[in-house]
Amino acid sequence: MASVVLPGDSIPLPSSSKPVILGPGLAASSSRIRTPISDDAPAIISTRLGLLSSFKGKEKSEQYWVEGNSKRYIPAQKDMVLGTIIARHAEGYRVDLGSSQMASLEGLAFEGATKRSKPNLKVGTLVYARVSLANRDMEPEIECFDPNTGKAEGFGELKGGLMVSCSLQLCRHLLNSKFPVLPALASTIPFEIAVGLNGRVWLKTETVSESIALKRVIEGVDSGEIKPEKSDIDMAVKQFLA
Amino acid sequence: MVREVDPPSIQKDFLLAALAEGKRLDGRIPLEQRKIEFIFGDELGNVECRIGKTAVLAQVSASIVKPRDDRPYEGFLMINSEIGPMASSIYENGRSSDSEVLITRLLEKSIRRTEAIDREALCILAGEKVWQLRLTLHFLSDSGNLLDCASMASMIALKHFRKPDVEVIGDEVIIHSPEERAPVPLAIHHTPLCLTFAYFENLPPILDPTHLESTLCAGTLTVTMNAQREICVLSKAGGTPLSAEDIMGVVRVGVDQVREMVKIMDQALEKDRESRVIEVQ
Repeated sequence: MASVVLPGDSIPLPSSSKPVILGPGLAASSSRIRTPISDDAPAIISTRLGLLSSFKGKEKSEQYWVEGNSKRYIPAQKDMVLGTIIARHAEGYRVDLGSSQMASLEGLAFEGATKRSKPNLKVGTLVYARVSLANRDMEPEIECFDPNTGKAEGFGELKGGLMVSCSLQLCRHLLNSKFPVLPALASTIPFEIAVGLNGRVWLKTETVSESIALKRVIEGVDSGEIKPEKSDIDMAVKQFLA
Repeated sequence: MVREVDPPSIQKDFLLAALAEGKRLDGRIPLEQRKIEFIFGDELGNVECRIGKTAVLAQVSASIVKPRDDRPYEGFLMINSEIGPMASSIYENGRSSDSEVLITRLLEKSIRRTEAIDREALCILAGEKVWQLRLTLHFLSDSGNLLDCASMASMIALKHFRKPDVEVIGDEVIIHSPEERAPVPLAIHHTPLCLTFAYFENLPPILDPTHLESTLCAGTLTVTMNAQREICVLSKAGGTPLSAEDIMGVVRVGVDQVREMVKIMDQALEKDRESRVIEVQ
């Protein structure tokens, strides 16, 4: 049911009692429309150009978002992102996510951090974090732990390895377990990976040449030179490792 | 606009580790250039040059003006090279950054001051009418090494350009339209091209640095050379000191590289010429 939407287009959402979750690219507008459930529901409009996509999530909810091929990241709550620390404050850090504004990371937003023992990160450190607050016209806030468990769950400082930049679309695809790129790569090269939804991917392997091969495959898939199919990726990896 | 954010520190560690093994992040060897590509526009003198993801569009146009009083036989070549935010968000319209000034001045030095274009051949009527060439560069995308890309785009655009044929009868000047008479190419003395090398401490130099490499390097060196083995400009704006052998080393590499680049340019021009139909009545 993918359809192309333009900024400002109103989106007809199914009129059922199922909860609907609005993802990136969709917003409730100030104009009101009449729906079967209520007479005064806000109209849903798209805020960017792209394909309207949907996914049936847990608890019978349905998620909607606009899938575009943009490169500039706009922070959204619950996104997993990769950021570089660019300044240190008494209370925390300022982190670059590649968005228009810097994000702030509180010194206490780490696993097991207390006022006495806070992690000490240097400027230039790469961190994997989760966006905890993202409102329009406000500085986004990120945190390095899962608020449900209080554990790090892989978030935090990333040591060693290499960061690769790619389009936002590819990042979303990489997180989809059915997308064949990462499984195909994993069958030949063992690696650690952290995919940020802000167009950044961190990866770490045993050797330098393996990292370079992974980087070139990801960039090749992003530019369309390598098709995201297992056979093509295997061939590319073989060629890049030679 | 805001200052560019420095890349994460792991990026530098990885880059240096890779270079120590003689590898670069895009799979090139240290003295290898990215792939060069030319896209010819519909008009003559409109060429886009791409090195990897860096892209510069050059456009040449000509008009007839009065020459300077002290140089009645000389035409003009004007180079407009303003880097706007289209190339990268770190560039701002109206305010020129340090790198922009450096690029503009080096282009000026390597194209105008080396007399790549025979300016006396632009004269139509001494003291009265000369051709004024305007070379406008549009920086479309900055993925490192804008200068080399711009110098190549400029030279190929100048080679691609044809000015209308003119006829002088006494004091009268007749300009023939392209439909009437085939336009004539510019008189080009030589093809100076820029080559940029980046240096890292205790490591051999690398050719054609990407954006990441040029942000992390300890210094760069730009040599402008032509296919006749002549050094036209040698520019080193700050960075680590280099010994004479280091410089001679890259110059030797540059000689072969420039020849190769001129060959690629000539082949591209030849291919474009074959596809272009010029009708002469």
